[in-house]
Amino acid sequence: MSTVLSASHVNKYFYDPEKFQVLKDVTFDVQKGEFLSIVGKSGCGKSTLLYLLSTMDTDYEGQIEMAGTPLKGRNQDFLAQFRNEHLGFVFQFHFLLPEFSALQNVMLPGLKLGKYSEKDVEERAMEKLRLIGMADFARKSASKLSGGQQQRVAIARALINDPTIIMGDEPTGNLDKANTENVFSIFRDLAQKGQTIIAVTHDPDFADGTDRVIEMSDGMIIASHENKVQ
Amino acid sequence: MDIRIASQIARTHLLAKKRQTLVAMLGVTFGIAMFITMISFMQGVNQFLEDSALDASPHIRMYNEVNTQRPSLIQQLKPGQFNVVYHQKPKDEQARIKNGITIAERVEKEAGVLGVSPQVATQAFYNNGPIQLSGTISGVDIERENRLYKLTTRLKSGTINNLKTNPDGLIMGVVLARKLNVQLGDKVSVTTPVGGTRILRVVGTFGFGVGTVDNTKSYANLSTVQEMLQKDPSYITDIHVKMNDPLQALPFGKRLRAMYGYYTEDWATANTAILAGEKIRNVMTFVVSMTLLVVAGFGIYNIMNMTVINKIKDIAILKATGFDGKDIVAIFLLQAVFIGLTGGLLGLFIGFGLSYMLSITPFDAGDFLSIKTFPVIFDGKYYVMGILFGVITTVLAGFFPSRKAAQVDPVSILRG
Repeated sequence: MSTVLSASHVNKYFYDPEKFQVLKDVTFDVQKGEFLSIVGKSGCGKSTLLYLLSTMDTDYEGQIEMAGTPLKGRNQDFLAQFRNEHLGFVFQFHFLLPEFSALQNVMLPGLKLGKYSEKDVEERAMEKLRLIGMADFARKSASKLSGGQQQRVAIARALINDPTIIMGDEPTGNLDKANTENVFSIFRDLAQKGQTIIAVTHDPDFADGTDRVIEMSDGMIIASHENKVQ
Repeated sequence: MDIRIASQIARTHLLAKKRQTLVAMLGVTFGIAMFITMISFMQGVNQFLEDSALDASPHIRMYNEVNTQRPSLIQQLKPGQFNVVYHQKPKDEQARIKNGITIAERVEKEAGVLGVSPQVATQAFYNNGPIQLSGTISGVDIERENRLYKLTTRLKSGTINNLKTNPDGLIMGVVLARKLNVQLGDKVSVTTPVGGTRILRVVGTFGFGVGTVDNTKSYANLSTVQEMLQKDPSYITDIHVKMNDPLQALPFGKRLRAMYGYYTEDWATANTAILAGEKIRNVMTFVVSMTLLVVAGFGIYNIMNMTVINKIKDIAILKATGFDGKDIVAIFLLQAVFIGLTGGLLGLFIGFGLSYMLSITPFDAGDFLSIKTFPVIFDGKYYVMGILFGVITTVLAGFFPSRKAAQVDPVSILRG
């Protein structure tokens, strides 16, 4: 197994309303193919950590390395390109572009990457939608899909460029039980196929199903334990 | 940056909000249409006034300025002394241009000269029965005069050939003829300031559409007027010159003055008031058009700003999935450009339609102006200018909201 992500001595401060240390010397590695969950109470800094790892927040101390690339101090354009190629996101509030069809939503990051022709990207997008069982809804406008359906399309979108890591911020936080199980089983399947996944959650059932759980409190990692693979 | 994806997203955004897009577009359309209409009309008016003034006046008029002020002989001999001369009369100086015909022939050979007409101009009294009117009479070579002023197109009755065949012929300004109550074939008695009187027959009437000319002026044969003034056949008072390019007249006039020593007056000096009016109208046109376009620009700015605010989540998600600042700017700028371009093109069509309708609207300007409809100029230049202004305004109006969109911090939006 190889290390795809390593965070070393990451410190993060909030300055508003007053200086406050959100993350304190956070250091951990993620192996390829690992299904990792980060848990902790609200305000413990787990989401903040995820957004640092996502490269969208660049204001921190320490070093984050992903897919062999050190990410500290890179410019925004480089990071955008990097996200496009190596990262897939699934957010709590689905966040599809409402004017586009499900298929177009999945295709957009692929078109942006420009590695494949438009036809190939469309084929790949259909394949990803089939993988998560949404192929029948491909032509439907995103705004006409239910919450659970949108989240599944979002997962397909995260997968389109075969990213190094998929990151989820409470990916099941806004879904009912049936949909949660549905989404979780998709993640589980992907992990089985060797996809690295990092998800922030406060759903204990979700965390229990992952390979490894990192528990945070007050900006520090207080525990990291592996779950037995069922 | 991939312009194709950006344009695809931009198109989807525009189509999703058709009504908003249309309203923004119509703002530009209205601005450009008014711009086109106004500038075509204003330039038409300018052109018409300039033409009517220029057509009726020479580009350069060369004449001998009779200066009655002269120092006395003793003053010339003993300057600076206390000299008194009682009742000194002005010198009898003639208004003639010496060798006028020769000068005219030489000027005619210069490059850029369209035509030269040497003539004798004098004040005259027109008498028809009890009616007495003062005016001017010009003795001309009618063929040359025709080349300068296109008299054939100005004639209201008669032909210029009538004048050539009839030494006592007279072509009269149309308003003057009406005031004298004379028609083609009627006789008029013309008296010059030196006392010569002659009965001339009206063989034609002309109208330049310029009051000061149609009201007072008549053409007669050069030799006829020379005889009336009791002068020899080489007597010439004015040389009128027309150039191919009116602008060339200004330096050329100065050159003629230096070369022959006679006073020259160019059309720009003679028509200062018209040119000043033209400048003022130009400024006015541009100010009003610019205001319209700026208002349209603010409309677009508002709508683009709203769009950016509405789409802030989409922007965050696009950034999260790897679209960079330049892509986001492109997406929103393309929308602005599309609005500007289609709105502008529509504006050009409507502007053309409005100017066309204006150009066929009847307009009664009375005797003084020779037009029947509003003067409108159709010039591709204005349409190019209109679309350029339209696109530039919309790009500027779209740029700031787009930049704002590019600066959206995805983290703060996505964390909710």
